[in-house]
Amino acid sequence: MEILVCARRVPDTSENEIELNSAGNDIERDDLVYSINEPDNYAVEEALQIVSRIGGSVTVVTVGGEDDEEILRREMAMGATHGVLISDDAFGGSDGRGIATILKAFVQKGKYDLVLTGVQAEDGGAQVGGMLAAMLDYPFASLVNSIEVLDGGKLKISREIAGGNKEMNEIDLPCVLSIQTGINEPRYVGMRGIRQVASVPIPTYGASDLGVDPGAVGQAAAKVKRVDYFVPALGKGAEMLQGSREEIVEKVVELVAAKGGLK
Amino acid sequence: MARIFTYIAHKSGVPDDSAAELMAAARKIDAASSPTAIVTGWGPDLDAVCSSLQSSYAETWKISNEALVYPNAELVRKALVKVLPPGSILLVAHEHFGIDLAPGLSVKMNAAFVSDVLGIEGIEGSTLRLIRQEFGGQVSAHVQCDISSGAVITLRPGAFKPLEQASANGVVADKSPELGPLTAGRRYLETIVAEAGDVDITKHAVLVSIGRGIQEKNNVAIAQELADALGAAVSCSRPVVDAKWLEKSRQVGSSGKTVKPQVYLACGISGSFQHLAGIKGNPFIVAINKNPKAPIFQVADVGIVDDLLEFLPELTNKIREMHSVSVK
Repeated sequence: MEILVCARRVPDTSENEIELNSAGNDIERDDLVYSINEPDNYAVEEALQIVSRIGGSVTVVTVGGEDDEEILRREMAMGATHGVLISDDAFGGSDGRGIATILKAFVQKGKYDLVLTGVQAEDGGAQVGGMLAAMLDYPFASLVNSIEVLDGGKLKISREIAGGNKEMNEIDLPCVLSIQTGINEPRYVGMRGIRQVASVPIPTYGASDLGVDPGAVGQAAAKVKRVDYFVPALGKGAEMLQGSREEIVEKVVELVAAKGGLK
Repeated sequence: MARIFTYIAHKSGVPDDSAAELMAAARKIDAASSPTAIVTGWGPDLDAVCSSLQSSYAETWKISNEALVYPNAELVRKALVKVLPPGSILLVAHEHFGIDLAPGLSVKMNAAFVSDVLGIEGIEGSTLRLIRQEFGGQVSAHVQCDISSGAVITLRPGAFKPLEQASANGVVADKSPELGPLTAGRRYLETIVAEAGDVDITKHAVLVSIGRGIQEKNNVAIAQELADALGAAVSCSRPVVDAKWLEKSRQVGSSGKTVKPQVYLACGISGSFQHLAGIKGNPFIVAINKNPKAPIFQVADVGIVDDLLEFLPELTNKIREMHSVSVK
């Protein structure tokens, strides 16, 4: 099975305290730790597991700039067959629909049976996969947390719905699935693995290579634009306990006991 | 002004709680608007939903088709594309069905799409100003959206407070479109209900709940020791289940269990809205996190910025000490 995984490099929220910059209109981007968007990493792992069962290849593609090559190499170190960077000045400022338009052009240049995305990005909102599917007229399923390949060009998938229940579906190939975290256990990638793919060339495609009309993507075509970031005025907020650890421990015990939490 | 529609999810003949929240959101876009509810389905359940919406919506559009008995997003999308007037604004709840439906629908309507919105600031001309959260809720963003060719917007459940209103005495219009043979590339098979786990976290008055901050599987024992000292149970947030450190049955949140403890110790939990959605009954929340920007501190009663791997054992020791004193 030929599988394409659309991935993104994002600031890692588990590693960063996200703050506003001094101008108050963007987040402070100096010294941020970036990594592959977590659900995208699960998508790559899932693709690798499918291919190890039934054969095929895994291509990881990202729309971005030179810095984003690092996640492609990371995923190639995991075992992805190819990494592809889609990059063009005309793509800057694209909204979700712009990104989906660019990816559609890339998908149509190849021959993929299955396209995977992560369920959502740290700064996005579960949009590109569903849009891409609609543009390609492929079936789509979001929040996918298991995939079984059936005979006859079909998959059996489960979606994570409320309360931890699973909605089971059959879906025709080719299709687009957005992958939920926890679907598998992504393999560890060591420095050694990354060094081994350090010099593998990564093809780069621009607007003209893909036949994308620059007027249909980028900042000018975006219907949705982020104006600025802000930190909302908090409601009550927590009372932050100060003092030595010992003092804080005593205080917590006292509070928990007062709320009936000690037996 | 564009016409505003709300898509109403329902189950067993009862509209989802989001029906009133979507109405409130529509009024935030345009205080004078009278949004139209759209309901898809089949049979007596669909009729029951439509008639119960008459008390809150002036107009409800009923789309009835046997193929829509289970809400398959691809089929619902085909139906909506047929009935929605050009330039419409459609509001949908940001949950598992909305996430399936909305992005593709926006493409087919050639409309703008904004997801997981939790605030609406208003409209100027054809620009709608909205608020979203990014980076796990650590920061918020103002977003502007060009609605000149319509919009599909998914709204975070719980973010819009239902309005008090007099009974609308609304009408139901049957808009079931001529859909032709309805087929989709995806077919619903069945729903598998989550398995019960070894410990029922919904029955405990005190929960020691752990998140990504617990760092590795071996450290779960640190939380279990505290729970044992407290007579509590260990619950967790999603990353702990994703990493397979605890069973799914221990997960608190919209895709896990809903709990109603008296005391909730949130240890190394950032506090995503999906997690908070699973905490009901207004418990006393103590949050321990090494990141002072963690959103959990916005909702906790008391907060401690510390390394939980060091803090929890000290707390456990203190509680054990108290027990041994009281036994003497």
